[in-house]
Formats: sequence, C-alpha cells, structure tokens
Amino acid sequence: MAEILEKRPLTPITRLYRVDAPLVAKSAQPGQFVIVRVRDGGERIPLTIADYDRDAGTLTIVVQEVGTTTRYLGQLDVGDDILDLVGPLGMPLEIPVKGHIVGIGGGFGAAALLCLMRELRQRGDTTTIINGAREKDLLILNDELAGVCDNLELCTDDGSAGFHGLVTERLAQLIDGDGPGRPDMVIAIGPMLMIRAVTETTRGKDIPTLVSLDPLMIDGTGMCGGCRVTVDNEVKFACVDGPFFDAHQVDFEEAVRRNKMYVRQEGESKNRTACRKLVVGQD
Amino acid sequence: MPVKRVQKTPMPERDAVLRSHDFKEVNEGYGIAHAQFEAERCLRCQDPICIDGCPVRVPIPEFIHQVAKGDMRAAAEILRRSNPLPAVCGRVCPQEVQCEEQCSIGIRFKPVAIGYLERFVADWEMEQPAVEIRANLHQDQKVAIVGSGPAGLVCAGELARLGYPVTIFEALHAPGGVLRYGIPEFRLPKNVLDWEIEQLKKLGVEIQCNVIIGKTITMDELMGEMGFSAVFIGTGAGLPSFLGIPGENLNGVYSANEFLTRVNLMHANDFPNADTPVMVGRRVAVIGAGNTAMDTVRTALRVGAEHGMIVYRRSDQEMTARVEEHHHAIEEGVEFHWLTNPVEVLGDEDGWVTGLRCVRMELGAPDDSGRARPVPIEGSEFVIPVDNVVLSIGNKPNPLLLQTTKGLASNKWGCLVVHDGTSETSRDHVFAGGDAVTGAATVILAAGAGKTAATEIHEDLRANS
Ligand SMILES: Cc1cc2nc3c(=O)[nH]c(=O)nc-3n(C[C@H](O)[C@H](O)[C@H](O)COP(=O)(O)OP(=O)(O)OC[C@H]3O[C@@H](n4cnc5c(N)ncnc54)[C@H](O)[C@@H]3O)c2cc1C
Ligand code: FES
Repeated sequence: MAEILEKRPLTPITRLYRVDAPLVAKSAQPGQFVIVRVRDGGERIPLTIADYDRDAGTLTIVVQEVGTTTRYLGQLDVGDDILDLVGPLGMPLEIPVKGHIVGIGGGFGAAALLCLMRELRQRGDTTTIINGAREKDLLILNDELAGVCDNLELCTDDGSAGFHGLVTERLAQLIDGDGPGRPDMVIAIGPMLMIRAVTETTRGKDIPTLVSLDPLMIDGTGMCGGCRVTVDNEVKFACVDGPFFDAHQVDFEEAVRRNKMYVRQEGESKNRTACRKLVVGQD
Repeated sequence: MPVKRVQKTPMPERDAVLRSHDFKEVNEGYGIAHAQFEAERCLRCQDPICIDGCPVRVPIPEFIHQVAKGDMRAAAEILRRSNPLPAVCGRVCPQEVQCEEQCSIGIRFKPVAIGYLERFVADWEMEQPAVEIRANLHQDQKVAIVGSGPAGLVCAGELARLGYPVTIFEALHAPGGVLRYGIPEFRLPKNVLDWEIEQLKKLGVEIQCNVIIGKTITMDELMGEMGFSAVFIGTGAGLPSFLGIPGENLNGVYSANEFLTRVNLMHANDFPNADTPVMVGRRVAVIGAGNTAMDTVRTALRVGAEHGMIVYRRSDQEMTARVEEHHHAIEEGVEFHWLTNPVEVLGDEDGWVTGLRCVRMELGAPDDSGRARPVPIEGSEFVIPVDNVVLSIGNKPNPLLLQTTKGLASNKWGCLVVHDGTSETSRDHVFAGGDAVTGAATVILAAGAGKTAATEIHEDLRANS
C-alpha cells in the first residue's frame, strides 16, 4: 500500500501524485516504472516514475485519466492508499552517448523526463527538453522541467505557447542547428504517434534515439509475456528488457496493433467506472 | 483386515457438461464412508514401497490405517508431519507416477486411491474448529524467503515452527505462486490455499507482497542493513517460452501464463466486474500437453470458447499431464490433435489470429529425454482454423533476481546451482529450492525442497550463532 501525500491537477485530465513508497524510492532509477492496482478486482497498470526523493521516501507519478484504473486513481485523495504499488520495474536507462541530449515529452510523457534530465545534467551533459502539447493549457510541469535542464523548448499545435507546431518540427530545426543545436542523442516519451514520428525524424541522421514503449502489461516481472515487442527482429519483454528501446529497431506497426487488442473491452470497462465509485480500502 | 476390491472407490465429480461452464471444483471429494471404504483396501505391506514413490516420504500406510480406523485427527497429524501441504498435494500430485504407481495391489488391481485419501484427510482437518496455534519466535536470527510458491510457503512454515522470525517477500499482489496464478479454481480452490496461508500467519510468518527481491530490495540489502541472517530463494520458473514460429505476436496469441494469470489472479472470468479482460474466440488451440496446457484449454472452455483444442507434436503416450486431468478434459469435450506440430500462426490483414498451420508427425527413435522423437511427415501440412493460440510449451526460471545479484551461480538454463544434494547456493547463507533450481517440476518437489532447506538453514544458523 502506498499513501498519497500530494495530489495536484496539471490539466483537466492529468494529475500529479506524490506517494509514500520508501523502498521503491530508494532503488528507483530514471527510466523505470511501477505497477499499481487500485481496487480488489482491479487491473494492474504500469506508470512511469516521473521523479523520486530518496530522503523523503516518495515517488512522483503523473497520470492521465484515460482508462479504468487511471479514473479510479483520480477518485483517490490525499491520505488515501493506493492498494498495490510495486517497483521499480524495467531497466534503468543507460545513456552511452555524452554531449547534447534532447528529451522529448508529449502530453503526460514530459513528466518522466524530470529525474532523467536532472541526472544527465549532473553528469555533465548539455540537456534540452522539448515539451509539447496541443495547446498552452495542456503543457505540463513547465517550471519543474525548466529547473532540471539547460534549455526548455515549448511547442504547441495551435501556437498558444512557444513554437507553433509539432515537437518533431522543432526537433528537425534543432537537427539543422537551430536553437540549442543538433542533438547527440534523443530520448522520447509520450503517445505512440509522437514517439514514432520522433523516430522517423532522427532516422538516417546518425542520432541514436531511445523511445519508451508502453505495451499492455500484467505482472511486470517477465512472467506473462503479454508485453512482448519486437526490436531488431528479436522478441523482447518490455517490462524486463525495456521499457526503453533503440527507436530505429522497434517494430512499431506490431506494437501499435498489439496495443489495440482490447479496445472494445477497455471501452466497456471504462463506461462502468463512470457510474461506479471506488470503495477505498477494500480488499 | 484389508478388503480385496479390484476398483478404486470412485471420486464423486460434477457433471462434465455443467462444470465445463463454471469454475467450481470438479472433484467433490470423498465423504467419510468413501474414505473408510477405500482405506480398507490398503494391504499395510511390511515393506511399503509406495513410500519410495513419494518425494517427501509420507508414511502412507500409517495414515491410511488411521482413516480406516476412523481416527482422522491422527491421520492428519501423520500426514502433516511429512507433507505440509496435503490439501494441495492431494489434489495436484501426479500420484499415478509416484506413490500409486508403486502400490502393491496396483500390480493386479487398481492401486489404493492414496491421493484421494490424502485430500480427504486434509479437507477434514480444514473443516474442524480452528486449533489454536501460537507463534513462538524465540530465535534471534531472522530468515527471508523470496517467493511465496509452495517451496517458499513450506520453508517459511518449517522455520517458524523452529522459532525463527520469517518474512516472505512476494513480487505479485497475492501470495501462492503458481498455486495462485497458474492452477485454476476448478482444480485447486483458492480457499484451500488461503487456509494454508492463514496457518502460516498464525505461526507468525510475515508476508510482504509487492516486493521484488533484486528490484525493490537487493539481496545485499536483505542480508546487510535489513539484518536477515539467511535467505531462501523459491522464485519458481515463471518465464514463459515461445516457439519462435512466424505469427506468434499476432493479436490473440497468449502464453499459458498470461492466459491463466488473467483468469486466476486477475479474475478476467468476472469481467467487467473485474477490470482485466481476456480475449477468447470460438476456437482456441493450446499448444502443449502438460498440466498447464490442460488447465489452459479447460479454462478456455469456461470463459466461453466453443472448441478447446490441444495441439501436441508427440502422442498421448508422451503427454506429461496428470492422467486425471486428461480424462477430465476428454469428458469436457476438449479435442486432441496428437502428432501435430504447429509451424505458423496465421492472421488476417488486421493482425488477428485466423488459423494455425501444422504439420503431421510420426514417432521415430527415442531422443535425449528417452521419449520417441517426433519427425515431420513430408507434405502433410494443413491448417486448423482458430481464433486464439495459447502456447504452453514450458517455463524457465525468472531472471530478475540473477540480473542484480552478484555471486549466485546459475546454469545454462538459468536455474540456480546448488551444492550436490543440498539447498546451498554459491552464496553463503543463501539457500534455494523448487522450480528455481530444478526448472519447472511439481508442487510436491517444491514443497519437499522448501522443507529440506529449512532444516539446512536451521543447522547453518546454529553453527553461526
Ligand atoms: C498451470 C500450471 C499447472 C500445474 N499443475 C501442476 C500439477 O497438477 N501438479 C504439480 O505437482 N505441479 C503442477 N504445476 C507445477 C507446480 O505448480 C510448480 O512446480 C510449483 O508451483 C513450483 O513451486 P515454487 O515454489 O518453486 O515456485 P512458484 O510456484 O513458481 O512460486 C514462485 C513465486 O516467487 C515469486 N517471485 C519470483 N521472483 C521473485 C523475486 N525476485 N522477488 C519476490 N518474489 C519473486 C513469483 O511471483 C511466484 O509467486 C503446474 C504449473 C502450472 C504453471
Ligand atoms: S508484463 Fe508480464 S511479462 Fe511483461
């Protein structure tokens, strides 16, 4: 069980939670995730660790309320417990390249760049974050992100803040030498559409690129194989070998297809949450 | 006096048509009359070789004699002394290749139904008013157990009885290992498992779920700052194998572990009341013929499949499932494709499974395992139309712990290496047993290994205190 210590809305459907999880906070590394379950009979879903504070024993996660469990989570308040929280799962990110590292976050994905970019900056890299969203009000954590990197670039589809256009359009400009300049490495976290577009933007440009994949997961320990993805023609379990993979080797078509496996059931389940309240502390 | 009767007293079981649509236990269990009637068949041999067939050497004729006499309490005590999980083992042990295979009257007649009697006694015990168990954790050295499958549960129980404060760390949100997420309710009701776990808690065993050793806490932390004097590793063999044939990642292909976990651990059979779904079409092919495969195909029928099929490259002679599960599967209408080797999973343009391309096999000379090697018959390819394919071709030990733990030796299959005939790993005060050491095996072997390890840990700690 993990108690919620802070809950803060970032957008109408995105919330930040700081939870009490000293053991996980102690061993968490950038790039890892946790799995949570919020009610008896609930599903297990992976959530990226946005940040951690080892001394305080807390974890920060940012959650977009798009499905059953994330909506239930939204019903919990400060002082409530998340029924099950296990982690840190997945491989810590290893960044072999030194130099100018560009982290790209789309939507809630930007949150996951917090601890990562802070570490990279501490290690001496030049760090740029490109934070993108549809419009100004959907850009999250601008102040926090500005504090952990050298350059924060904002992008909105409608031009209401920062660069008017997609993160990939801004990235292309950087590659051409604009602003903070050409990246030596790119790391992208966010919706599948976005990470795929980033992958195509750096392909063939000799810029190593890592993307975080988010296949469906159950256990998160390598026990079910439900999270399998194909990378470089090899089958990998994203929960054990990932979630970050060499973008240019990922079979995106398969990953997109596998993520759609349960759309119908997910819709059915989500509709139910709308009219069902989570009973807290039930087990 | 023993009574000669050719047949085993039959196990009362639920109607095949009814039961194949729900998850209630198939075998209803003996009543007292059945049990005593069957117990009378035991010859009480001078040299009871049935005991040699039992991996934990339950004094079989002794407990059966008590059943015949009607002293169930005594029977239960005898049973528990050597097998700490009798209600589980009575249901899932492959008795036909263990104790019952050795049974003397089995040479001419059907062997004594040792498994059914074991289950009867254990169930009788569960139904009695709870006896008071008082925790007496007088030792000052603490022991950590990694994994809560049968190996870990038994090791914890034995150590707690010896007075050690014991903490079990389990990666999942509920304890039990395969008994929780793998073996379905219709074969092993979860209240049996819950009862066993309750007993452990009464003994003072602490269970911490949602902790992965090697991730949440490292082995060094366990034995260092957390102050555990010894560790038992019972992490099982939970990593599913895939065939590596084309189409394995199509939508609608599962590992048996995923399929069973969705239903058993996550309750997908109760979707949308429970939040995890499972996808079953009309026709489900399960590849493999072990207990896991039988559990999977019978579960598929129970969650809505109209046709459940077993596809196996060898014949029914080489099948590794318990005989009883095979019988039950036949009764429930499972279709068997023996000597059939899948070579490709076929899909439609949207990536959904539509069929399984197979080739027919014939049996050739024996292979390394001593079983006849199946060889493909040229030109015999054909397609079975299916909506789901579930792979049940074996599991390997989970690498999570090994990834982050230094000094733990493992072999090329990823199994932990222990010193000959013991449970000692290559690290001091670290012991291991169950599937993590042997590779996927049986509940009783895991339970037995947990028990042996507890004795060794006790000796190790005494030598060091
Ligand atoms: C579907 C199915 C049906 C079966 N049917 C039968 C049968 O009829 N008869 C029979 O005798 N055998 C059967 N078996 C085999 C039997 O279940 C296993 O041999 C037995 O459960 C092994 O026990 P174990 O304690 O070694 O490991 P497991 O039961 O696998 O338990 C290991 C536990 O450790 C946990 N774990 C793993 N790594 C870590 C870590 N790093 N930190 C914390 N926890 C961890 C896992 O989550 C798991 O809960 C079946 C197996 C399956 C899958
Ligand atoms: S989530 Fe089950 S193996 Fe990755």
